[in-house]
Amino acid sequence: MKTKDITQKIGFAALFTCMLVTLFFLGAIIFFIAARGIKVISWEFLTQIPRGGMTQGGVAPAIAGTLYITLGSIAVSLPLGLACAIYLCEYSPKGIFVNIIRMSINNLAGVPSVVFGLFGLAVFVKFFGFGVSILSGSLTLGILALPVVISATQEALTAVPHSLREASLALGATKWETIKKIVLPTALPGILTGIILSIGRVAGETAPILFTAATFYTRRYPDSVFSEVMALPYHIYALMTEGTHPEEQTAIAYGCALILLVLVLAVSGAAIFIRQKQRIQNA
Amino acid sequence: MARIKEKAYEWIFTALAFSSLIFLVGIIIVLFKEGFPIFKAVKAGDFLFGRAWYPTYEPPEFGIFPLVLASFWVTLGALFVCVPLGVGSALYLHEMTSFRQRSVLKPMVEILASIPSVVYGFFGMMIVAPVLQDLLHIPTGLCAFSASLVLGIMAAPTVCSIAEDALSYVPKSFREASFAVGANRWQTLTKVVIPAAGSGISTAIILGMSRAVGETMTVLMVAGGAAVIPKSIFDPVRPMTSAIAAEMGEAPMGSMHYHSLFAIALILFLITFAFNIAAELISRRFRIKLGHSG
Amino acid sequence: MHDTIKMKAEGVDFFYGPRQALKNINLDICEKHVTAIIGPSGCGKSTFIRLLNRMNELVPNASLKGRILLDGEDIFEESVDAVEIRRRVGMVFQKPNPFPKSIFENVSYGLHVNGVKDKKLIEKRVIASLEKAALWGDIKDRLHESALKLSGGQQQRLCIARCLAVEPEVILFDEPCASLDPISTGKIEELILELKKYYTIVIVTHNMQQAARISDHTAFFLLGELIEMGETQGIFTAPRDKRTEDYITGRFG
Repeated sequence: MKTKDITQKIGFAALFTCMLVTLFFLGAIIFFIAARGIKVISWEFLTQIPRGGMTQGGVAPAIAGTLYITLGSIAVSLPLGLACAIYLCEYSPKGIFVNIIRMSINNLAGVPSVVFGLFGLAVFVKFFGFGVSILSGSLTLGILALPVVISATQEALTAVPHSLREASLALGATKWETIKKIVLPTALPGILTGIILSIGRVAGETAPILFTAATFYTRRYPDSVFSEVMALPYHIYALMTEGTHPEEQTAIAYGCALILLVLVLAVSGAAIFIRQKQRIQNA
Repeated sequence: MARIKEKAYEWIFTALAFSSLIFLVGIIIVLFKEGFPIFKAVKAGDFLFGRAWYPTYEPPEFGIFPLVLASFWVTLGALFVCVPLGVGSALYLHEMTSFRQRSVLKPMVEILASIPSVVYGFFGMMIVAPVLQDLLHIPTGLCAFSASLVLGIMAAPTVCSIAEDALSYVPKSFREASFAVGANRWQTLTKVVIPAAGSGISTAIILGMSRAVGETMTVLMVAGGAAVIPKSIFDPVRPMTSAIAAEMGEAPMGSMHYHSLFAIALILFLITFAFNIAAELISRRFRIKLGHSG
Repeated sequence: MHDTIKMKAEGVDFFYGPRQALKNINLDICEKHVTAIIGPSGCGKSTFIRLLNRMNELVPNASLKGRILLDGEDIFEESVDAVEIRRRVGMVFQKPNPFPKSIFENVSYGLHVNGVKDKKLIEKRVIASLEKAALWGDIKDRLHESALKLSGGQQQRLCIARCLAVEPEVILFDEPCASLDPISTGKIEELILELKKYYTIVIVTHNMQQAARISDHTAFFLLGELIEMGETQGIFTAPRDKRTEDYITGRFG
């Protein structure tokens, strides 16, 4: 065999190994969390409040808390993200405004999550006086999720064929009517994908809610948007660092990690596969 | 009347679209406003290069060099993991899978990229750290090495995804020309495709690095937490993100400690901002070079 | 000819940025007649027809000199609403572009955006339009099925029905049969001959035989200029300009 064939064989084997190792590690994470977490999961775990100083009972308030702040963040990121994507795609302005906005979105996407947390602390918790609450957390996470929603919505809007817009305008519809009645309904599946992706992202975030929404010891369901809440990701961290009974609490942490993992993987998985199908359809 | 409505809608959308700019600027303003007061207590040079980080002592010392160095080492270490794994996997997907296989594997990689960082941190502290501690006979598994390892695995899917996109932009005609002169697939890959996709792959690596530097929970739970300059890679460290996350809870509002943490966040922000701008510029030139519109 | 002139182009120059796509076009379009516009690719015929319903405004960097009149009034005047013009001057496109909605919703869309709210009226007009477009028989029991399930020819007739529903005065056809098979093409041509009783029709086509079959007047465009225009018979049997003759006899295409 020629040298170049041997090199090729080795090279490709190395590449295959890279893929395998990556998938292996990621699989290992899922496996370990699942194997140890499943022991703790029970109906009680999912629906009861914690008891015994966070060593028994369930984690239902944390699940509820995660749900509330996730929904809250969508309430912020969806309207803003949709408006932004519509502006960029439909009103399609040329020149400096567009580039500034695009750059802002890209940079916002790269901001570390702990910086968002500090921003939320200074602005929502302190300046606006919302305190550590669902409201502060949702607002903070909403801004974090904005680039995700914008990106997915843009993709969905661009996939709507231009001929449909032309047909609508040729019938005497205005630009806004065309967007509202033709473009948005047609782009809806893609927009939903974006929302689902943002759910997956937001549900797992810890740093932004560390100082803006989350707490460890409340043991209750929140009364209002101004209450602080338990949240799954924070609960895992808190159990491992603030907990006083490592044995039981480690087990609970595994359980929480499993719930969070299932939630995020299911949600992201659904969104990504839908998007994949859409992309193949549109190609 | 209808024309006024139409204009109104256009103005509303324009205004809302600027929200992303407003938030970005808002973040910068807040970081400056809350971070700058530290420079009344400490000179900038002492802050950035001071080797003692004891914010809770009397008198407090605010040298962030150990924190910056920790971030640097951990990120560098993560690169050693995520670049081979990420780029290697991307090359595998690009060169060695059929369209159908790719349309299953690539989404799988993207889904894996969505695993929350707290789960990585948890995994790191419960499984990776003890294993490494036993295997390598080190005093504690919660150290820079473990953090780098976990961080690297975490960033690998991101790097893989972006690098694979970059590879897919390389026109088929380049490969065909290479085959036509008798090169085999490996030679074509290494001598033609990878160089052509070089900027795109660089972008992927820079974005992976940006993710690693900005990561909080993983390093918080795995890197160990000692805010001292590490002597070896197996020492516990406290990168910038961990410092902020761990100490903000205890820093009284408006105290110098509080301001110092905001100042650290400002520096962190500037670093990731620089990375993102670099990635943006490189990727724009890359696409123009290959003939796609920006 | 002493027929009423429905639309008129006066001294029209049209530019895409610095490039001049149309040079000094002067053209009359007679009411309730079919006017065909023919010419080789790139001659400006599609560009011209899109001026007639102000669709050119969607292109950035486009600029216009000269006037286009509808019933004697300049459609590009400041005070004139483009949206209203587009209701009066409808368009059928080269590739059928039904909305991803039901057949009924496709046809009723134009009525909704033009402010018609009465459900009974909408239903009446939808059915009438589908009948006029010779599609009613095919789909009368499938009104609420997706329009995308129809064949190419049916989709195009649906687009025509959609256009008819808003009761335009002029209908512009931009190479409507370019993506259709001969049988569907024949049906659309028959339809156009019917429609001209009620509407003024302008059709762009690069199929000369089609122009000869269905139009009353023909205009020949070349490189952005109007070379010759007249009664179809005359153009095809005794063209006055050599370039027209060369195009018609197939010396270039």
